[in-house]
Amino acid sequence: MTLTACTSSETVPNSKGVYLLLDTSGTYTQELKKAQQIIGYLLGTLGPGDSFVVARIDSGSFSEKDIIAKVTFDSRPSVSNAQKRAFAKTVNAFVNNVKSSPYTDISGGLLQAIEFLNEAKVGKKHILIYSDLKEELPEGFVRDFDLILDGFSVHALNVTKLRTDNIDPKEYLNRLEEWKYKVKNGGGQWTVVNDLDRQDALMLM
Amino acid sequence: MVMERADSTLSGMFMIPGQPGLSVLILVILLMIGLYMGRSSIHSLILKMTELIASAMNMAAQSMGQAEKKLRDRNREVLLELGQEQVERQLDREFFRVNTVVERDLGRYPALQRVIADQITHIEEDYKNSGQMLPPTPEWIEAVEAVAKLKLDHKNNPLTANILDSIHEASVKHQKQVMKDYRDSVGRRHQLLQGLRPYWRRLTNTIDEVGGTMKSLMDRARDIDTQMARYEEIRQGSEKAERTLRSSAGIQFVVSLFVVLVAVGGAIINFNLIALPMSEMVGATARIGGYQVADISAMVIILVEISMGLFLMEGLRFTRLFPVIGSMDDKLRLRMIWITFTILFSLACVESALAFMRDQIAMDLSALRHSLSAGGVAQAVEVTGVNNWIPMVGQMVMGFILPFALTFVAIPLESLANSTRSVFGDLMALGLRATAFLLRLVGDIFKHLGEGLTHLYDVFIFVPLWVEKTVLAQIRQHREKNDEPKITLTAHEVGVEQVMK
Repeated sequence: MTLTACTSSETVPNSKGVYLLLDTSGTYTQELKKAQQIIGYLLGTLGPGDSFVVARIDSGSFSEKDIIAKVTFDSRPSVSNAQKRAFAKTVNAFVNNVKSSPYTDISGGLLQAIEFLNEAKVGKKHILIYSDLKEELPEGFVRDFDLILDGFSVHALNVTKLRTDNIDPKEYLNRLEEWKYKVKNGGGQWTVVNDLDRQDALMLM
Repeated sequence: MVMERADSTLSGMFMIPGQPGLSVLILVILLMIGLYMGRSSIHSLILKMTELIASAMNMAAQSMGQAEKKLRDRNREVLLELGQEQVERQLDREFFRVNTVVERDLGRYPALQRVIADQITHIEEDYKNSGQMLPPTPEWIEAVEAVAKLKLDHKNNPLTANILDSIHEASVKHQKQVMKDYRDSVGRRHQLLQGLRPYWRRLTNTIDEVGGTMKSLMDRARDIDTQMARYEEIRQGSEKAERTLRSSAGIQFVVSLFVVLVAVGGAIINFNLIALPMSEMVGATARIGGYQVADISAMVIILVEISMGLFLMEGLRFTRLFPVIGSMDDKLRLRMIWITFTILFSLACVESALAFMRDQIAMDLSALRHSLSAGGVAQAVEVTGVNNWIPMVGQMVMGFILPFALTFVAIPLESLANSTRSVFGDLMALGLRATAFLLRLVGDIFKHLGEGLTHLYDVFIFVPLWVEKTVLAQIRQHREKNDEPKITLTAHEVGVEQVMK
């Protein structure tokens, strides 16, 4: 019994949960090819027992239908490798056929990520937001709530500068500050990684 | 407000308000007087405290010294016992070897003796047969002499001439025959003598063999003598024997530690060979105490192999770590040897299979990483030919051989276990001695510290002491002037005079 208690627990402290949100709004769909490299890297580094989800950010992201692919890797390396291949294939198919959405519901996607990772009962929780962080909600959508991000690490990747950011850089900085405030206020950790070519860029986890 | 409060507190401390300097001076004087009045008691207290600490340190040093002596004696006992055991084992082996030689070589000495005797007899006979036989003298020589003695007048007789001619013919014929016979007999003799050569050779070889055996026996006897002398020295517990054993234990410790470390390296390589495929068998997510079950399983397999190796070495009597196995019945011990060897062999085969699986998993992982990094477009470059199967075969061979290689770690392990006690015992004794020295040193420091502190105390009350000295000197002068009898100074006054000096 002691051994069973030692070997299994509700939260597996050494497992990782990674939820990658891909922005598919407007012209950001052109950046998705770069995202494939990130997904490839993550698939190479995640191990048995880890969970990985790739979901899209579109006009209404608080939905399971936005999940492109999800997997919890098997404990056997051979099976885990096969799962990774299938996962990569699904994501590649999505990226090749993606259609851009008119709005960007980042908060909804975040909330969905929080729900999923809390349910998965993983040890370390990471949310990667591959987006320009410019939220544009459709009319009537309510997203003015606090996010509970205790134990979460939120990483913003490839936060591209918009044309308006070039005119007034304060807009870009304020945007980053706002998201940083939301995440830290919710108890989470916040990082921004724009240079994905750096070797240590994705050694986040 | 805080500053005002501080000011009021300070001003409350001054004896004469508005005169801080004077107040401090009065305080100092009062303090000096107070310290002067309590001088002897405080001196006594300081000296007693430091004496107490010094004596405690000395007691601790003494007990450390006794403990060190006991440990050294025990170390010596253990060292001599181990040395004795080692020499006994060596003697045992030497006697066993001598016994083998005597049984094997000298056991067939009677047969050898018979062979030598036969060869010598054969040689003797052949030699006798090869003796020269002189040709017989012909009897007709007397007839020739008789004819030669005929009277002169008969000499010219043709009959005489005919007789002499016949005799001459006969003698020539006879001479030829004799020469022929002589040559034949010489030829036969030579043949016989030639035939003796192999017998001489065989005899020489046989005698050389016996000589070699005797020589090796003598060498072994000499070795045994040396070992016995050493054994006697150890039994008597001589210093020379102790020194020799100590240095030998030190060398054994270093060498066996080195070999054990090499074996640890081998175990680490073995572990890395089978940890990944073990995760395929037991899963890579389960953990016990923070460690993956796959890693623990791999380590357990290696430890089981080492244990089997230990039992095998014990069964074969290469080591003597477990007396129970050494004293087992031979049949049971043989059975144990076979069982442990079978288990070891099975584990070696399992490891070889795991090494093969590892290669497959590594190839799969490499192909996956390549496909992910290339976006799944390009195919991984296939490795074919020699470059494909050499690593796989190499890993499988290593997986099979390493368990057997690790079995031999029992031998240096035994040596390490035996020598560690001696080496660490000596180091501990050295540590105890150093601690005793330090304690003694600290004790001495405290002893002198007490005296120093009393002098330091007197520095603070130098004014009243100076006054006392001056007053006492004047009193003495006055008494001497008035010719008063000398008053015996009290111990305190003597002490004061000494301190003042």
